[in-house]
Amino acid sequence: MNNYETVFILTPVLSDAQMKEAVEKFKTLLTDQGAEIVNEEDWGLRKLAYPIDKKTTGFYTFLEFKAAPSVIDKLEVNFRRDERVIRFLTVKQDKFALEYAEKRRNNRGGKRQEARAAGEGPKTVKKERTEAVEAEVELNEKED
Amino acid sequence: MAKQTEIRYLTPLSVDVKKKKYCRFKKNGIKYIDYKDPEFLKKFLNEQGKILPRRITGTSLKFQRRIAQAVKRARHIALLPYVADLMK
Repeated sequence: MNNYETVFILTPVLSDAQMKEAVEKFKTLLTDQGAEIVNEEDWGLRKLAYPIDKKTTGFYTFLEFKAAPSVIDKLEVNFRRDERVIRFLTVKQDKFALEYAEKRRNNRGGKRQEARAAGEGPKTVKKERTEAVEAEVELNEKED
Repeated sequence: MAKQTEIRYLTPLSVDVKKKKYCRFKKNGIKYIDYKDPEFLKKFLNEQGKILPRRITGTSLKFQRRIAQAVKRARHIALLPYVADLMK
């Protein structure tokens, strides 16, 4: 069992319910393969830095899970087959990433989902900054 | 007539004291560079979205490699542009 994290982008043409269903599909796919989902983050509808398939926005979803290496192949095949997924990235977490991911979870694990559930939508997403940035900002202030 | 061997200046020559560059990751004990955080990664890009060289940012080789990796991942998931003019 290794720790992995994956980010995937769904097309913006989907409705909220369709989007949730697609996310659910991949989650059940993972759990069916014996993977254990550690964390799920919904980043909401975000602007893409460059257009993909002539689309300028997309629904971002971030998943952290523990799985056997063979699961990744199956997951990625499903990503490729699914037309709703316009981009995906799966990364194995090394020990530093694991440490960082844990901190990230503790800091604001549920925050985003709560905000979204409350109907505030993705607007809140950008306001939040990760710890690294904050540390960096402090540093810059000191230098000045 | 005595030979003037010493050259004298009216104002002392200014010797540039260069501020030593340092690796911010080593200094702050940051071990992992997150590709999911484009705002942070933008510090290592120029306005065209190109990765700045080590000689400018002062990052150590180890972390320069990790920055490069993180930037490339961020580009793939469209958090950062591959090409841009006036990114900031």
